[in-house]
Amino acid sequence: MKIHEFQSKEIFSRYSIPVTAEKVCYTTDEVLSAVQSLGMPVVIKAQVHAGGRGKAGGVKLAKTIEEAREAANKILGMDIKGYTVKKVLVAQGVKFNAEFYVGLTIDRNSKTVVFMASSEGGVEIEEVAKENPAAIHKFSIDPDLGMTSFLARKIAFKLFSDFSLVKQAVDLFQKLYQIFMDTDASLVEINPLVITDEGKLLALDAKMNFDDNAMYRQSAIEKLNEPTEDEKKEISAKESGLTYIRLDGSIGCMVNGAGLAMATMDVIKHFGGSPANFLDIGGSSNPQKVIEAMNLLLADKNVKVIMINIFGGITRCDDVARGLIVALDEMKVDIPIVIRLSGTNAEEGLRIIAERNLPTVNSLSDAAQLAIKLCENCSEN
Amino acid sequence: MSILVNKNTKLIVQGITGRDGSFHTAKMKEYGTNIVAGVSPGKGGQTVLDIPVFNTVEDAVKATGANTSIIFVPAPLAGDAILEAGNAGLELVICISEGVPTLDMIKATNYLKKKGVKLIGANCPGLITPGEALVGILPADIFKKGNVGLMSRSGTLTYLMVSLLTNAGLGQSTCVGIGGDPVAGLYFQELLQMFEDDPETEAIVLIGEIGGDAEERAAQYIKEHITKPVVAFIAGQTAPPGKRMGHAGAIISSGSGTAAEKIAAFEAVGVSVASVPMEIPDLIKQKMK
Repeated sequence: MKIHEFQSKEIFSRYSIPVTAEKVCYTTDEVLSAVQSLGMPVVIKAQVHAGGRGKAGGVKLAKTIEEAREAANKILGMDIKGYTVKKVLVAQGVKFNAEFYVGLTIDRNSKTVVFMASSEGGVEIEEVAKENPAAIHKFSIDPDLGMTSFLARKIAFKLFSDFSLVKQAVDLFQKLYQIFMDTDASLVEINPLVITDEGKLLALDAKMNFDDNAMYRQSAIEKLNEPTEDEKKEISAKESGLTYIRLDGSIGCMVNGAGLAMATMDVIKHFGGSPANFLDIGGSSNPQKVIEAMNLLLADKNVKVIMINIFGGITRCDDVARGLIVALDEMKVDIPIVIRLSGTNAEEGLRIIAERNLPTVNSLSDAAQLAIKLCENCSEN
Repeated sequence: MSILVNKNTKLIVQGITGRDGSFHTAKMKEYGTNIVAGVSPGKGGQTVLDIPVFNTVEDAVKATGANTSIIFVPAPLAGDAILEAGNAGLELVICISEGVPTLDMIKATNYLKKKGVKLIGANCPGLITPGEALVGILPADIFKKGNVGLMSRSGTLTYLMVSLLTNAGLGQSTCVGIGGDPVAGLYFQELLQMFEDDPETEAIVLIGEIGGDAEERAAQYIKEHITKPVVAFIAGQTAPPGKRMGHAGAIISSGSGTAAEKIAAFEAVGVSVASVPMEIPDLIKQKMK
C-alpha cells in the first residue's frame, strides 16, 4: 500500500523530522491562499501514487502569484501514469546547497531491513543504481540491535564531513528506522534530503510504502489508503480471500495458488490465447469464495470463456465443485466453462461436476487448448 | 536418504485444533508421518486423532522428544509460533500460515538462524519425502518415491509439476515448497546444496517465479557448487509489470525480477528452462541420459 508525499511528511513531523512548511490544496483558489500564508517562492507538487512526477510535469516552482495560478491550473486534473491529479502540495521554497538520498527497505537476501544512502540525491535512485551502483551505500540492520547510534554515525560519515551535520543525521536516521518499524513499512525514502543555507538537514520529499500483510494492526495507516477503481475491485476480492488482477484478454481464469495462476496464464499464452485476469482463490477452501470468484469473472464483459484450474492441497476440490454448482444455480452463466480438478478430494469434486454434465478436462494443456478453441468460436458468432 | 524429513521425523503440529490444522494432521497421519504431539494454548490435555495436545511447544518437546514442528496458526500469531518453536530446541520448523507480516518474519528468521534451527516458509505448502514422511499440505497421492529432488516458490504449481513427473515415471527423493514471501526461511541455495549432498537425488527441479533475484542467485550457486543436473521453470513469463500477483514476492518492478532475466541467468550456467510446465519431464530425461 502507498500513501502520498504529504501524508508521509505528516508522519515524519510526528517524529520531529524536519520537513518543509506546506499545505495540501484541492483547487487553484486554495493554492493561492496557501501561497499567501507560506510566502514566495513555492513549489507545487502533484500528489498521486506514481513515481516520476517531476518528469511528467507534475512539479513546478512558482515565484509569483501568477506563476502559482498557472502551475495549479496545469497540474490539477493532469494525468500522471494513469492517475488523475486531484490534489497538490504547496511547499515553501527552500534554499539549499546539497542533495542526498536516504531510504529504508526490506532485503530478501540478508532477511533484514537495509538502510541505503547516497550523495547523489535529487535524481531517480533507480537510475543511480543502474549507472553508478557504487554511489549507493547499503547497511544491513541487525533486527536485535536496531538502528544503533554507531551504525547511524557510520552511515552519516559516508555522506557528511561536517560533524554538526553528522549529529543531525544520526538523529534523523534513527527516527526513520523507528517510523519504518512502527508503521510496518516496506519502504521509507527521502529524496532529496537537503542541507539548507542555514546548515540544517531537511526532508524536501518523502515516500512511504507499507506491508499489506500487516495492515490489520495498522488501522491509522490503512485509513490513508486511496484505491483506484481497479484497485477497489482487487481489494473487495481480497476481502473475500481472492487475489484478482484484471488484464485485457478474453479467457477468464480461476486458479488456486499464485504460482499455478501465473503458470496457467503462461500456458494460455503459449498456446496462443490471452488471459482476461489473474485470479487466485487462495489456500483454504470455502465454497463461498468460488461464488465470489464467478461474480468477478462474469462482471468482466471481455470474458468469453471461463477456465477453472484447481490443484487441491489445502483447497479441497469437492468444496470448489460445490461452490461452482451453487454459483451456477444462483447466476445466469451463458458462456462456456472448462474445468480441471486434481489433488485433494478431486474424485468427489469431479463426481459433483459430472452430475451437472459440465465438461471436465484432464490435463492443463488440454484445458488451455479447449478454452482457446471455445473462445475463437465465440468471437466468430 | 532424502533431505530434511524422513522416517525419523517426530512431528509436532502447532495449531492442531484449527480447521486446517486438524484436517491436514489427519492427512499426514494417514500417510504414515510420525506425529507425536499437537500444541494449542489452553487445550493442553486434550487429544486430536489420538495425538496428545500440549499448551506449549516446550511441554510437547519434553514429553515426546519431537524434532520437527509444522505451524498452522493464523497469520497474526505465526511469527510468535515460529519463535516458540525455535526456542524449544527443535531441528526444523515449517510454517504453512499465509499472510505473515514481513517484519515478523525478519525477527523469526533471524532468531532461528541464531539458534541453528532450520525454517521453511512461511506461506508454503511444506515438504514430503515420498514413502517416508509428509510434513505439509501437499496432496500425497501424486508423489512417487524416486530420484528427482524438487524445490519451488509456489504451492499448487508444485503439485502440477509433481503429477507431470510421476506420470512420466520420474519419482521424487524430496519435494520442498519454500514459499512465496519476500522474507522466508531456507531458500534455493541451501536446498540445492542439500540435494547435491543427498546420494538418492540424481536430478533437481527448481520452480521459480517473477520478482526478486533468488533465481539469479541460485544460478550463480549452481555454477559454483552443483554438479547434478538442474532443470527449471519460471512462472509469470506473461505477467504484466508492476502488479503483485498474489505472492508478495511476485512483483516485477524497476526492470529487475523479470522472467526473461531469470531464464537468461539459468541458461548461462547450463540449466535447461522449460517454457511451459509440461516440458519438464522430457528435459530431465535428456539431462539424466
